[in-house]
Amino acid sequence: MKVGLFIPCYMDQFYPQAAIATYKLLLKLGCDVEYPEGQTCCGQPLANAGNEAASRGSYLHFVTMFEKYDYIVAPSGSCVYHVRHHFDTLDQTDAVKKVRAKTLDLTEFLLDVLQISSLPAKYPHKVGLHQSCHGLRGLHLATSSELVNKPAASKLHELLSMVEGLTLVELDRKDECCGFGGTFSVKEPAISVKMGKDRIRDHFSKGAEVITAGDMSCLMHLEGIISRQNIPIKVIHIAEILNSDEI
Amino acid sequence: MMPHAQKAAIFNKDEARTDWHDASLWMVRKKRDFAVSEIPEWEFLREFASDIKMHTLSKLDDYLEAFEKAAIQNGAIVHWAADAKEHNDIVLSILNKHQAKKMVKSKSMLTEECHLNEFLELHEIEVIDSDLGERIIQMLNEPPSHIVLPAIHLKKEEIGELFHRELHTEKGATDPQYLTEAARHHLREKFHTAQVALTGVNFGIAETGEVVVCTNEGNADMGVHLTPVQIHSMGIEKLIPRRSDLAVFTRLLARSATGQPVTVFTSHHRNPKPAGEMHIILVDNGRTEQLGKPDFRSSLKCIRCGACMNTCPIYRRSGGHSYETTIPGPIGSILTPGIDLKKHGQLPFASTLCGSCTDVCPVKIDIHTQLYKWRQIVSEAGLPEAGNKTMMSIMGNGLASPSFFHRLGNIGRKLLRLFPGKERFLSFTVWTKDRDLPKAPVESFREWYAKQAKDAQ
Ligand code: SF4
Repeated sequence: MKVGLFIPCYMDQFYPQAAIATYKLLLKLGCDVEYPEGQTCCGQPLANAGNEAASRGSYLHFVTMFEKYDYIVAPSGSCVYHVRHHFDTLDQTDAVKKVRAKTLDLTEFLLDVLQISSLPAKYPHKVGLHQSCHGLRGLHLATSSELVNKPAASKLHELLSMVEGLTLVELDRKDECCGFGGTFSVKEPAISVKMGKDRIRDHFSKGAEVITAGDMSCLMHLEGIISRQNIPIKVIHIAEILNSDEI
Repeated sequence: MMPHAQKAAIFNKDEARTDWHDASLWMVRKKRDFAVSEIPEWEFLREFASDIKMHTLSKLDDYLEAFEKAAIQNGAIVHWAADAKEHNDIVLSILNKHQAKKMVKSKSMLTEECHLNEFLELHEIEVIDSDLGERIIQMLNEPPSHIVLPAIHLKKEEIGELFHRELHTEKGATDPQYLTEAARHHLREKFHTAQVALTGVNFGIAETGEVVVCTNEGNADMGVHLTPVQIHSMGIEKLIPRRSDLAVFTRLLARSATGQPVTVFTSHHRNPKPAGEMHIILVDNGRTEQLGKPDFRSSLKCIRCGACMNTCPIYRRSGGHSYETTIPGPIGSILTPGIDLKKHGQLPFASTLCGSCTDVCPVKIDIHTQLYKWRQIVSEAGLPEAGNKTMMSIMGNGLASPSFFHRLGNIGRKLLRLFPGKERFLSFTVWTKDRDLPKAPVESFREWYAKQAKDAQ
């Protein structure tokens, strides 16, 4: 089984440690994983800003880059959602169909394909879990709080429960949006920042030392506010926790 | 028209008030969560309701004709209004026919949409909104900020102040019971002197030709019962085929709206009173056009429960007035661009596409997908919200080219490393007004990967 690793553009540049953790974790779990160096962007930033037509080129490039892999794994529910859901505007060739079907978020890949039930990970900290929206409501990585599906499931919870020493805090609002929203964060800065502040407050007031999520973009936005306001709380991608062996 | 972002920024200046507004609506959302969690078949009901609505919309012409026929048989007078103007003219002609100078009105977002009050006031007709929330904002001369809770943006102290001014209640009184009582007395007098009553319609039943109005205060019924002439203004998408379908919707509506199992009153109006008149006005006003757009057709399933507003993290933090539309919030942002793209084209961008609206919607409208699709249309129309088209296509080509892409990313990161006092240096950018930029690492993942691949060789 050959796995192609997709790393979102901003992670490549600003959060290499989260990408490295993803890569190492996959290696650790015995995957034959490769990072195709010609990769660019899934096209989401432009498309969400209303310019789907302009992102066609990057869609096609993504397909060319990744069609040869059995699975395409990305540490980002948001990019994965974009590939799976919004590549429907391309001609549905075999390659496009395959890439759409086989592109998975890291957490789905671990649980649904590798079917892991334990991890050699240790992270003795109080952690707040932020459910990134595209993973949550787009990929159904968890049952959103709006739905009445019982029993409620959450892939991120399941994975974090495998980590030794980790305590999850209970939030007042377990899946409210952080306010990033790509283009939204600069089009509507007032609400975007306010939403972020409110999320941070929820985590911080419950004693979380660290906020984690499946999408680094949410965390980048939250980190920007945390840093500006000097709040003693950190952000960390879930891959870093799952790959952690901190003593 | 002021952009939504700007209105939202003004709203957010008073952070305590923003928190209060957010918390009030979140409480409604939580009540809804509790109410729906009691119904194990909730998701099935949503699916069922969605199917009924989609079916009805697919044969809307047939069902409208069936409805009209049944209503006429019941003794009602049925009118067809292509747009707001025709609707208002019809209402005025009914009032004139009866030489009525006073009309009580309740529970009608449609007449808000048609700006009926302003129109009738020009013709010297007094319109009294009889629902308490609607009455409050009418006294203030403000539009509703929410479709179910029209005065949710006001604090009880502000309402006390208003009532003191208008209804001479005690100064400083804030007790909701006392204020409601005062409003009731004031309204009673109006009820007795009005000659015509108008209500909105929650559901029109094609099979029986009756209209169903769901309320908590009963003022809509009171108006209809006390006046000889009743008018029901109804959007053409309000139809459902049979009376037996109604139960699916009454189970969904109040739970989604306020967390009640059912509204206090579910009133069926079918026949005129003896010696009275019953008018039903079927209003299009852009609905058939929306019906003709396959991507947006399903927005007409909306039963106006308001749940998408209560759940929307943006609505809760910007208030209904920031949208400058009759229907604010997520559903308004997919309904109104179809009416006036230039004016409302910015609204699909007032969203993070978090999808909470879609999951909360009792009739399963894929609201956030439609917001995304409207963004594409706004862009194709060349409106500024979607950015400069040429720039975007250059960017698009760049993103498809590995070498361009990598150079661009590296330049960005290195710039940030070169200027560590970046907040100040870049403080003119929107991002950094209240947020820091990420700390730029020495090497990118790509660089790290290339190095370790080489080391491995
Ligand atoms: S779109 Fe759905 S949630 Fe929003 S008001 Fe309409 S029915 Fe309710």
